[in-house]
Amino acid sequence: MEHKCAWKRFVQLYDDVLSLTHKQEVARELRDEEDLFFLLIYSDMLGIPNPAFYYTLELYPYIMEKFHDWHLRMGMEKSPLEGIRCC
Amino acid sequence: MSGIWLAVIGGIVLFLGYRYYSKFIAEKIYRLDPNYVTPAHKYKDGVDFVPTNKFVLWGHHFTSVAGAAPIVGPAIAVYWGWLPAVLWVLLGTVFAAGVHDFGTLVLSVRNKGQSVGTLAHKLIGQRAKILFLFIILILVLMVNAVFAWVIANLFISFPASVLSVFIQIPLAIWIGSRVYRKKGGMLVPSLVALAVMYAAAIVASYVPALQIDLVSYFGGEGATTLFGLNATSMSFLVWIVILMIYVYIASTLPVWKLLQPRDYINSHQLIVGLGMLYLGLLFTNPDITAPVTNGTADTSWFPLLFITIACGAISGFHGLVSSGTSSKQLDKETDARFVGYLGSVGEGALALIAIIAVITFFPSAEQFSATYSSFAAASGSGLTVFIQGAGGLAAGLGIPTVVASTIVSVIVVSFAATTLDSSVRLMRYIIAELGAEYNVTPLTKMHVATTVAVVSSAALTLIPQGPKGFGSGGYLLWPLFGTANQLLAGISLLLISIWLKNLDRNYMPTIIPMAFLMFMTMWAMISQVFTDWAPWAEGSDWLLFSLGAVILVFALWITITAISVISAKDPQSFDRSV
Repeated sequence: MEHKCAWKRFVQLYDDVLSLTHKQEVARELRDEEDLFFLLIYSDMLGIPNPAFYYTLELYPYIMEKFHDWHLRMGMEKSPLEGIRCC
Repeated sequence: MSGIWLAVIGGIVLFLGYRYYSKFIAEKIYRLDPNYVTPAHKYKDGVDFVPTNKFVLWGHHFTSVAGAAPIVGPAIAVYWGWLPAVLWVLLGTVFAAGVHDFGTLVLSVRNKGQSVGTLAHKLIGQRAKILFLFIILILVLMVNAVFAWVIANLFISFPASVLSVFIQIPLAIWIGSRVYRKKGGMLVPSLVALAVMYAAAIVASYVPALQIDLVSYFGGEGATTLFGLNATSMSFLVWIVILMIYVYIASTLPVWKLLQPRDYINSHQLIVGLGMLYLGLLFTNPDITAPVTNGTADTSWFPLLFITIACGAISGFHGLVSSGTSSKQLDKETDARFVGYLGSVGEGALALIAIIAVITFFPSAEQFSATYSSFAAASGSGLTVFIQGAGGLAAGLGIPTVVASTIVSVIVVSFAATTLDSSVRLMRYIIAELGAEYNVTPLTKMHVATTVAVVSSAALTLIPQGPKGFGSGGYLLWPLFGTANQLLAGISLLLISIWLKNLDRNYMPTIIPMAFLMFMTMWAMISQVFTDWAPWAEGSDWLLFSLGAVILVFALWITITAISVISAKDPQSFDRSV
């Protein structure tokens, strides 16, 4: 049993070593996609007309937590939106 | 003397280097602090800055820095006998590479995870940044040209390897998209990919129809083809054009699509290759047949040895990895010794087994000397000899020699192809950055920058004249590659020295290897540029003369900068917050 656990840990370590960069790049790519999605959601508040704005309001509670990191990544030191004062 | 003894002695030296010298450096020079908050924690973002287990980070660091270069250089340098090559690999790793890789990691950690390029700007100013960019540009240009030649040469020498190498491309794309879309693991699919590749290598070794042998297609070695080129030259041309089209596409794709899944498969190959060679050495217990030193060499080992073996003894490229990625993932500052120093020890061990594979391959010293008859012959055929020697070691594990040689050539080509892809990508970024710096807007566009990178690399690969005609002289650029690499290492060591000086610490352990590298580089360039390649010399070559002269000027520039900064009473402000 112990041998089995040790082997499993070894395989996990090996996989972690090899996939470190790949996981990083996939995370970066997914984050870029998410950043674009956030831009679409906040577009109306930023002055870009968005016909689906009304429906995106439902998502706000889910994305509020990530809003601060998002505007920092977009190169905006302070929140660009009047209604959202995260910093 | 048995090859095993050499491996044991080398292992002991590297172990002692890690156990004692790196401990001294960590405690007395870099003064690592276990409580220092590393950038991985301070700027944690789940993408670039991620605290990582030191074993995982070491493995990643090692697989990032180990490639074809620590094999090619030593396989050529044994021309001067095995002793000088072994001594430079071992002492270089312990006193130069370890300190350099470890130091760039610590320096970057102490400066928000910034890369050495940014730190050069911060410390010396804009001119240092531009110098740094130009040296990297020359380095990647050399890498592109040399590795394109390496791959073309191996495809011609080992046509059974072509199928496996090309099969790896769709397999890597499949793995990349599978992981991206389904977030599945990479381990099982990559092992399947490896099994498919090696199965293809085994089958192709025995079935001539599956060997893509362009020289035969063009009518054999003596045949004349289009434009009056012989079959070998035409094969070089075709392979280099195919490779350049491939790297154009590969280097403009997102890295997760092809480059990284292929890197993942290649990491398995690195483990397979190292395991196969060291175990094969243990089982076959071969004797060293190559001479200890070569008293009849047509080219002096001093100082060329120190630029022929760059990766494996010391390489500036490692500083880019240390300060570019590893520093952002270091969990504790004290892990830097394990990751940085031991990473270079791993590279040294790879170079050592490459040397052993070559020096134990020949049945007698006479046969070694017949193949390594001149420095040019060693440069042209060193890698092929390594593959045959490695095949001989692997045969000790029961693998047929022909299959083992094919698999080793697949491993080397895979490493070289990944390096080529990364290098063209890096060159594209540098061209774009220089375009932005000098307001040449078209150069900032991806496809323009990539076209410039690919066309200049292809031209540089094809221009040098080798013994087999057009396209076969890419190996002539190897000393220039080594020199550019050493210059980069020199700049990094200079930055570490300035940092240490500003902190009133002993900077001798970093400035001495830096001075040694600069001295060897300049001596080698002066002797080659003015004696071998100059228009007035017997073997004059305008291309090598011009490139060598540029590198020489850069080396002088770095040396003058080093002297002025180190001797300044009030050095420019650097991060003293540590």
